[in-house]
Amino acid sequence: MTAQNPPAIPTSVSRNGLLWTLVRFREAGISLFILILVIAVTVRAPSFLTVDNFKDILLNISILAIVALAQTMVIITHGIDLSVSSMIGLVAMIVAFVMKQNPELPVLFAVLLGMALGTVLGTFNGLIITYGKVPPIIATLGTLSIYRGLVFYYSQGTWINSFELPKNFKLLSKGTPFGLPNMVIIAILVAILVYYFLNYTRTGRDIYAVGSNPDAAQFAGIRKQRITFLVYLMSGLFCGLAAVLWVSRFESAQTNTALGFELQTVAASVVGGVSISGGVGTVPGVLLGALLLGIIQNSLTLIRISPFWQLAAQGLLILIAVISDKWILNRVERTKT
Amino acid sequence: MSETILELKKISKSFSGVEVLHEVSFALRPGEVHALLGENGAGKSTLVKIITGVHQPDKGEILLNGEPVHFGDAHDSRQAGIAAIYQELSLFPDLDVAENIFAGRQPVKPGGRVDWRKLYAEAGRLLESLGVQLDLKQKARTLSIAQQQMVEIARAFSINAQILIMDEPTSSLTLHEVDDLFRLVRRLREGGTAIIFISHRLEELFALSDRVTVLRDGSYVDTRSMTDVTRDDLIRMMVGRTISNLFPKQDVRAGDVVLKVENLSRVGSFQDVSFELRRGEILGLAGLVGAGRTNVARAIFGVEPATGGRIQVEGREVAITSPQQAIKLGLAYVPEDRQLHGLIPAMHITSNISLPMLYRYANNGWLRDKVERKATYEAARQMEVRANNIWQLARELSGGNQQKVVLAKWLSTNPRILILDEPTRGIDVGTKAAVHGLMSKLAAEGMAILMISSELPEILGMSDRVIVMREGHVTGQFSRVEATQEKIISAATQNVTIGSIQ
Repeated sequence: MTAQNPPAIPTSVSRNGLLWTLVRFREAGISLFILILVIAVTVRAPSFLTVDNFKDILLNISILAIVALAQTMVIITHGIDLSVSSMIGLVAMIVAFVMKQNPELPVLFAVLLGMALGTVLGTFNGLIITYGKVPPIIATLGTLSIYRGLVFYYSQGTWINSFELPKNFKLLSKGTPFGLPNMVIIAILVAILVYYFLNYTRTGRDIYAVGSNPDAAQFAGIRKQRITFLVYLMSGLFCGLAAVLWVSRFESAQTNTALGFELQTVAASVVGGVSISGGVGTVPGVLLGALLLGIIQNSLTLIRISPFWQLAAQGLLILIAVISDKWILNRVERTKT
Repeated sequence: MSETILELKKISKSFSGVEVLHEVSFALRPGEVHALLGENGAGKSTLVKIITGVHQPDKGEILLNGEPVHFGDAHDSRQAGIAAIYQELSLFPDLDVAENIFAGRQPVKPGGRVDWRKLYAEAGRLLESLGVQLDLKQKARTLSIAQQQMVEIARAFSINAQILIMDEPTSSLTLHEVDDLFRLVRRLREGGTAIIFISHRLEELFALSDRVTVLRDGSYVDTRSMTDVTRDDLIRMMVGRTISNLFPKQDVRAGDVVLKVENLSRVGSFQDVSFELRRGEILGLAGLVGAGRTNVARAIFGVEPATGGRIQVEGREVAITSPQQAIKLGLAYVPEDRQLHGLIPAMHITSNISLPMLYRYANNGWLRDKVERKATYEAARQMEVRANNIWQLARELSGGNQQKVVLAKWLSTNPRILILDEPTRGIDVGTKAAVHGLMSKLAAEGMAILMISSELPEILGMSDRVIVMREGHVTGQFSRVEATQEKIISAATQNVTIGSIQ
């Protein structure tokens, strides 16, 4: 009798076909939304759909993309890093000051210095969260203020202006050796690196595991604390890089550099399909999320939305994007069963 | 040497001053299924966590293959070939089947690159060798509980576990799935794996285990060969007393109809469900997991309102669209998943109990906490909730005690119609008897009870009448006298054959 029993574990039917592949593609919803937005804006303002304008958009979102990728890794572990904007502000100020004092230093030095400083700040966040056992949102809310406070202390409230910075350093973000601005190329390289890291290394997979089910991760022998520590450290590292690019691009370091930027990074991640409850998120999704934010900002000016309305319109579009994405996802889930 | 693979000697462990294990010894032989038995809170879970290195013993020694070992964390015990499948399944919901099997140990190419092709190939081979058919790329979130367990077993197998610990693996499985699980366990045993098996269902232990070790209140009672003990022996060893009557349903003359359901339907879940429930009656709702029984209960309670049909409560036709309304009509629903729907784990016992009736303890919106405290204390005392005090958090209680808190919560609303969904799933014999006793007493006092249960002995023992559902339809109705195990199974599965547990 036992032998004749049908297999009790139902074989799940894997579906094929173009449509299925399309809806299985997690980023389908946001891609569709971007497409619709692009068409709608182009109808109103034909100058939107030009190579130059898109280069402009890419340039504008490069820093956002880099930091959003770091933010994504943090969010996948079911954490959040609110201190990114202050880390950028502090590193930007220090790097700008050092370059002002020593204009003869190579540009690469500035990059490495920024990344090193960022790593130190990120490490501090990681220590508070893993060893101090402080919930990430509180820990980084604290360092958000601390690091911003240090910017004021370090700079004594002064700015560093364009003319004080070495020329080579200012060119770092703007040179176009391969047709695209350096900054865009750097962002693409970072994205490739993160993609590889998340999908093809054990540590990368552990990041998903820890966020998906922390207890199970522990039972599976994954060292949870180390992973948590690592993502905050990397967040600092990426912010350090972003800070250097920021100074180079805007040719100044101010006490309010990147103020409020942390929310944009969270928005790019979430719009890109990263689940705030951890375990879910992809690099292409986040890049699309950053792109969507960039397009929204760029197009609102182009179609002459009053500046007084822009911020509200921006928020509204973000919400619509997230809701429609959820809606599409639900539809997909339902057709599965 | 080859006689025992794992030996625990006089293990003691305390948490915040309370000793939960006292000089417990345990010996495991290769190729045996060794049952670990005890009431909730007897220390089984702690013992398991010591074996897997999640906790470290305060005193005592662990010998693996005769060598003393020390496990600093779960990583160490895995390295030593010990795998555990916990009661709360420990899969990664967002990762796929194959990756779940190899989580934390993905095969890598030189240079540290994860070898995805090898990972899928090996996962496929592994599942095939276990005779399990699953889509390797399916996300764990979308698997059934039985399928999730198979993934866990595959994971244990993939590390060549010499020792496999299964903590209540059958508590949420259907009969059929239990059968498959047992077949797999026997195969593992033949392959020489030593298995520690924890279950509250004694029939299962007799069907599967070779030996049994009983714990009571954190102390070792005895280890016996399964062939030398009877069911009553085991119960006596576990509770330290004889529980004479496991299903003490008193005969009560059924009164008026208090709940009448006619052609109740909800698109996609169930269709044309009709029954009557009388005062003093326990109506058993049997069927396989997924037959739509819980959906019916949720529809009656207004959680997922019905889309068709009629409900009459005490002769009046009502349309129940929210739980608040159902509570006002005198209904109470004790849900199936305590953690998910029944309790707020992070709140203490008092708040949990007073939750549905807060308005009773409030004065113009302000809580009168003295009244609340007194009433909930009384409710908890009546249910014999075992806790340090009523300020203990619900999540710190054992499963049986959590169930008692949920019951106390709903009984404090003084319902006239009580819906119990799997009221004794995963709780120990002693608490089970207490819950059954309570149900019987409530019925005698005139309460109408609708009981959903997947345990046939419970259905047969407690119900005055039984209705059986299958795939959203009622497929059988039996009186207490008519109902037999065979009739119910055949109505629940109809043309599908069911293997017996033995």
